Amino acid sequence: MLAEYGYVLMFLAIGCVFTAVTLLVAGLLRPNRPSPEKLMTYECGEEPVGSAWIQYNHRFYVIALMFLVFEVEVVLLFPWATVFQDMGWYAFWAMIVFVSLIFIGFLYELGKGALQWDKPQPQIPRYVEGVGVVPHHWKPESEVADVVGQPAANVSGSTQDTATE
Amino acid sequence: MDPLIFSILVMLAVVLLFMLPSAAVAVYAERRVSAFIQNRYGPNRVGPLGLFQPFADVIKLFFKEDIIPDKANRALYILAPMIPVATAIVTVAVIPFSEFVYITDLNIGVLFLLAVASLSVYGVTLAGWASNSKYSLLGGLRSAAQMISYELPMGVALASVILFAGSLSVVDIVGSQETWWNVFRNPIACIIFIVAAFAEANRTPFDLVEAEQELVGGFHTEYSSMKFGTFFLAEYMHVVIASMLITTFFFGGYHLPFAGYWLPEMGVIAKSVLDISVFLAKTTFWAFVFIWIRWTLPRFKFNQLMRIGWSRLLPLGIINFIVIAIILYYLG
Amino acid sequence: MELSAFLFYFFALLIIGSAAIMVFSKNIVHSAFALMFTLAGLAAFYALLYAGFVAVTQLLVYVGGILVIVLFGVMLTTRGYFEKIKTRTVHLLPAALFSMAIAIILITVFLSTEWILAPLEEEVFTVQGIGELLMTDYMLPFQVVGVLLLLAIIGAVLMATRVAGEEEPPSASG
Repeated sequence: MLAEYGYVLMFLAIGCVFTAVTLLVAGLLRPNRPSPEKLMTYECGEEPVGSAWIQYNHRFYVIALMFLVFEVEVVLLFPWATVFQDMGWYAFWAMIVFVSLIFIGFLYELGKGALQWDKPQPQIPRYVEGVGVVPHHWKPESEVADVVGQPAANVSGSTQDTATE
Repeated sequence: MDPLIFSILVMLAVVLLFMLPSAAVAVYAERRVSAFIQNRYGPNRVGPLGLFQPFADVIKLFFKEDIIPDKANRALYILAPMIPVATAIVTVAVIPFSEFVYITDLNIGVLFLLAVASLSVYGVTLAGWASNSKYSLLGGLRSAAQMISYELPMGVALASVILFAGSLSVVDIVGSQETWWNVFRNPIACIIFIVAAFAEANRTPFDLVEAEQELVGGFHTEYSSMKFGTFFLAEYMHVVIASMLITTFFFGGYHLPFAGYWLPEMGVIAKSVLDISVFLAKTTFWAFVFIWIRWTLPRFKFNQLMRIGWSRLLPLGIINFIVIAIILYYLG
Repeated sequence: MELSAFLFYFFALLIIGSAAIMVFSKNIVHSAFALMFTLAGLAAFYALLYAGFVAVTQLLVYVGGILVIVLFGVMLTTRGYFEKIKTRTVHLLPAALFSMAIAIILITVFLSTEWILAPLEEEVFTVQGIGELLMTDYMLPFQVVGVLLLLAIIGAVLMATRVAGEEEPPSASG
């Protein structure tokens, strides 16, 4: 049985070595004349603004969490699926109960809409009397003090700082 | 030590003489079929019927300058293209080509395939992240979310296949389909699996990862030269492998339809030749379906993609699993 | 069995090396990526012990699931990977004392334990065995796991919906 895993390991090694050799050979063959323009990050011809490494939508994280829970469930289905026909009714229905439990959780998740990817409320800048056009998350100064996060103007300012560095 | 070296050589031959040419053929087929569908000529200048086009492409990519953007994370940028090719090649190790010809028979083969599929998330995600380009990052993240979401329906569909076979070995699963293919016994799981396989291979209608209109090149926007070529190769390898997996799990692998009822006993050599041809014919058919669908259907939106995965395929798969288990337990 | 010993040391080195990169790297995404090799190396260890199912589960759940969460979490952290993390040494003396104490305890336990050395037995049908045991001897833990997973789903849903609620634009100032 160990030999069977050995074959898998060898295939993995072949895959890695093959790609590495290909890239290496290509590295020997190709020209290399870098220039600042070539090395610039592509942004449709504009100078790139800031870094791409920003915070992004938290929903990706929730997807990963939900995935993990269901993945564990799916993995637990497999050993049972190989032997269920030789088991008594008790073991059979225990598994159905187990799957149903997860399914209830799934229905709860559907009902709550945790994985809804539909468009959120449009977040457009708006006009405020006496201040001008402000971002959607702008608040009057009196409210800013209560907010835990940094004020809006400050955040965008620091992003620009890093961009010019 | 001698048998070891011999088996390494055999494997190298399988990989280099089968996997790489199959990817090249898939690239060529994609271009010709798309041209046929769109009523154009397609590549027809390099060699007879343009057959040498893939080689010309590879040679071109070899001689292209490789650009690593200043802002990119160099180490991960260089490592990322290796992952999808390695995962593609590892998958071949557990697929049986014939009753007698298979490289290895893992007793947890199905789970192994799922695990390897989940590993291929990293290539795309890390490529997207390491490029430090907005398009790449969005492409990489979308791909990660998409691939993990569709792995679940795929897993549940495979679990219902296990109910029939009673074993996690891929060889046993193909063996169990000698008379009735799984597509007849378990059609819902088959549909789920095919949809999930399209999503896992990042093919249209699930190719949001590299949606040209919005993300330029997606996760490989910043990649050039052979590093791009590696991703390109991996994409077509994954198409071939997805076709193989669909064939293996639901369309009887190397079995002819209802072969158990009518196929006479044959010698080892004759049976192997027949099996391999049948298997390759089915794989080719499914690879063709992949191409056909790519040039026929438009792309989903991301919210539609997530809705199909999580609130249609997954519950359908779980219900299908329970129903089949109950039927098999009380009638089987 | 020469080869399996060689593989054992190879993977041991891989695990230790990637774990060291994970701990010492200043780039948090490098750390997460190094963790992938650590976890995959552990899967190889399980395979070396003929525990195929555990090995694949390790790959599926840890490498394919938990690590994705870690990567997403790392990327979600505000500026966590924007700049290099400032790793500097704080509380050097207490930390040194504490880790020394733990090291001494571990080594004494390691040396004083009577290790039972069992020969490796090639058990081919691990999955079926696990399936039967889960449904007989370990039925209660199995169902508890089911409830736990349900709770995890509910927790994730609550987290998701609460974060989404905070994200809505303030209406009072509009």
